[in-house]
Amino acid sequence: MILQAILILGGTGLVFAIFIAAANKKLKVWEDPRIDVVSAMLPQANCGACGLPGCRAFAEKAVGGEIQPSKCTVSNAERIGEIAHFLGVDAGQAVKRVARLACAGGSNVAMQRAEYRGLNTCEAATAVAGGGKGCAWGCLGFADCERACTFGAISMTAEGLPVVDVEKCTACNDCVVACPKQLFSLQVLDHALFVQCKNLVHGDGVLEQCTVACTTCGKCALDAAPGLISVASGVAVINYDKIAEAEESATERCPTGAILWLRGAQFARVPALSSSEAA
Amino acid sequence: MAFFGFAHGVHPPEEKGLTSGLPIRRMPYPDELILPLRQHAGKPAKLCVKVGDYVERGDPVGQADGYMSVPIHASAAGTVSAIDLWPHPDGSYVQSVHIKVDTYALQAARPRLVPQWEGLTVEQVIKAVQEAGVVGLGGAAFPTHVKLAPPKDYAVHTLIINGAECEPYLTSDHRTMVEFPERVHFGCRVMMHTLGVTKAVIGVEKNKPDAIEALERTKPKDLDITILPLTVKYPQGAEKMLIHAVTGVEVPSGKLPVTVGVVVQNVGSLAAIAEVFDTGLPLIERIVTVTGHGLKRPANLIVPVGTKLKDLLAYCDGVTPNAREVINGGPMMGMSVSNLEAPVLKGTTGIVVLTDEEVRADTVYPCIHCGRCLEACPVFLNPSWLGDLARVKRYQDMADEHLADCMLCGSCSYVCPSNIPLSQLFQASKVALRRIQTAGAA
Repeated sequence: MILQAILILGGTGLVFAIFIAAANKKLKVWEDPRIDVVSAMLPQANCGACGLPGCRAFAEKAVGGEIQPSKCTVSNAERIGEIAHFLGVDAGQAVKRVARLACAGGSNVAMQRAEYRGLNTCEAATAVAGGGKGCAWGCLGFADCERACTFGAISMTAEGLPVVDVEKCTACNDCVVACPKQLFSLQVLDHALFVQCKNLVHGDGVLEQCTVACTTCGKCALDAAPGLISVASGVAVINYDKIAEAEESATERCPTGAILWLRGAQFARVPALSSSEAA
Repeated sequence: MAFFGFAHGVHPPEEKGLTSGLPIRRMPYPDELILPLRQHAGKPAKLCVKVGDYVERGDPVGQADGYMSVPIHASAAGTVSAIDLWPHPDGSYVQSVHIKVDTYALQAARPRLVPQWEGLTVEQVIKAVQEAGVVGLGGAAFPTHVKLAPPKDYAVHTLIINGAECEPYLTSDHRTMVEFPERVHFGCRVMMHTLGVTKAVIGVEKNKPDAIEALERTKPKDLDITILPLTVKYPQGAEKMLIHAVTGVEVPSGKLPVTVGVVVQNVGSLAAIAEVFDTGLPLIERIVTVTGHGLKRPANLIVPVGTKLKDLLAYCDGVTPNAREVINGGPMMGMSVSNLEAPVLKGTTGIVVLTDEEVRADTVYPCIHCGRCLEACPVFLNPSWLGDLARVKRYQDMADEHLADCMLCGSCSYVCPSNIPLSQLFQASKVALRRIQTAGAA
């Protein structure tokens, strides 16, 4: 009885084992072994910042020579160098970009016109009369971006503004999509000149809404290289084609600090944050 | 008595008693008027004045920009004092014309030539309605002349006139029907002539017997107008619900009412059309119900378009100390206002001031799947499921579940025992979906 059972089970097992072994030989697909190695060297965050559907896809393309290792913005230069060395290719030029918030109006400087009660997301608050903040363009501070960030690069300050950790930020674009006020943009890290305001109201009247808003006084446009900064739209706008001509002197006469010369941290010129954030 | 209504819906407290018996009064001109160039659905008007210009009452300050647009007219004589970005009731900032009202002006209306509508062709009537800046006064502010020229592939057989006014608190349409029934009938006559229909139905909820009586009394003998008392239920005044109540036909999802051969107009819009062909006055003032338990003196007022909300509330003796929230529109579909500098628009049906006790700030509990929202939803969606999808941001799946059919009537939020703000979730989702779709198209 027992012997019979062993024979039947063992026999079927043997038949299937032979079938699987044959199938493995017959249907084998050769895969470049380097893909696994490169894949292991990647951060495995599957963030999509490179534009591909994951780290594995990136590794395949990198081994195939279709993409340069530096296109992975999440990894650090050392790792990128290792991958390039392993594959024997040029690492490529990596331009480190980070998400930057075009608003400095925390609860300490921006006026809150109405109290908002309801769902605690920026998206929902925006749908109710813009969220109750005096400035219709400003950050609402319900942290949709913090929740959207896969890398923990965004944290909210006590004043209700998100702060981007430039070390952790991979420029994956998630916060840009998450912000209903469209305040985030991906900026080249080395570009020091930045306007942290989107309020389109002309003149000093804007100071009633927020004391760090752009008043379109035009001093920055006068002090900068011609054509670099324009205030015609209602807020200072930087022409990034001419960014090479930017100098710190353009920001020095700004009465509110809406335009700033970045030094390490984004909110370096907001007084309440200067102690902890300034480089 | 036959049942003229629709399935589902809710019965919120009406609260119309505050103003339903108050005659319409005219509000004096404020010192300054704010005329945003975007007051209607469609393209904003094109600016046609400059700072320092003197405008008469009824002069255009913005021209229609294309077919899906209407002009904006000055609602009082005065000087254009500024043109800048100004708070809009929806919370954004919109380019607006400021008019410093001339205290000693006659305030005689322009144009002073009244178009003789019987002598005009259909196209000329439509043009005259567009030039008068008439939009749907029920809240959505859809340009009326577009509705007067339905696509030729559909035969329109009935004009339905929306006098349901199912939204709690609001009585502006009610008072219009009671006090100006002839205007409603005259506007109806012009519309029927233009659309080439012989049949019109005025749907009025049964809780307004005086309006039904007034409309019956003044009904013209030569026209086939039926005044239909409707069941009292929210949202009876929603376009598709009204069509279902009157004709028994359901408008297909995503389609316009014209596909079932009807055109719906609000009674206020008809009165505005009557005004155009009666006195030549463009749409520069409208009847606004200013009400709520947070207001000292509720009233039905003829308000010049562009009056700041703070001036309007001040004219009603201001708000009580326990006033908490100001709503533009009714409490079900209206939107909280965050800035009282914002003006009254053509689409402002009412301003409701709620007190501290009325403003719900209850804890939100998890969904218990009781299904009350399903029973309330007038367009037969599943708000509970949509709410779950909204919370995890699956917007595309929501679109597949017919989010577009949701008209944000708020019935689901109203009945939810867990206080889940479903309607707000859907509104935010609609905005997010539009953003994703435009980003995808770009």
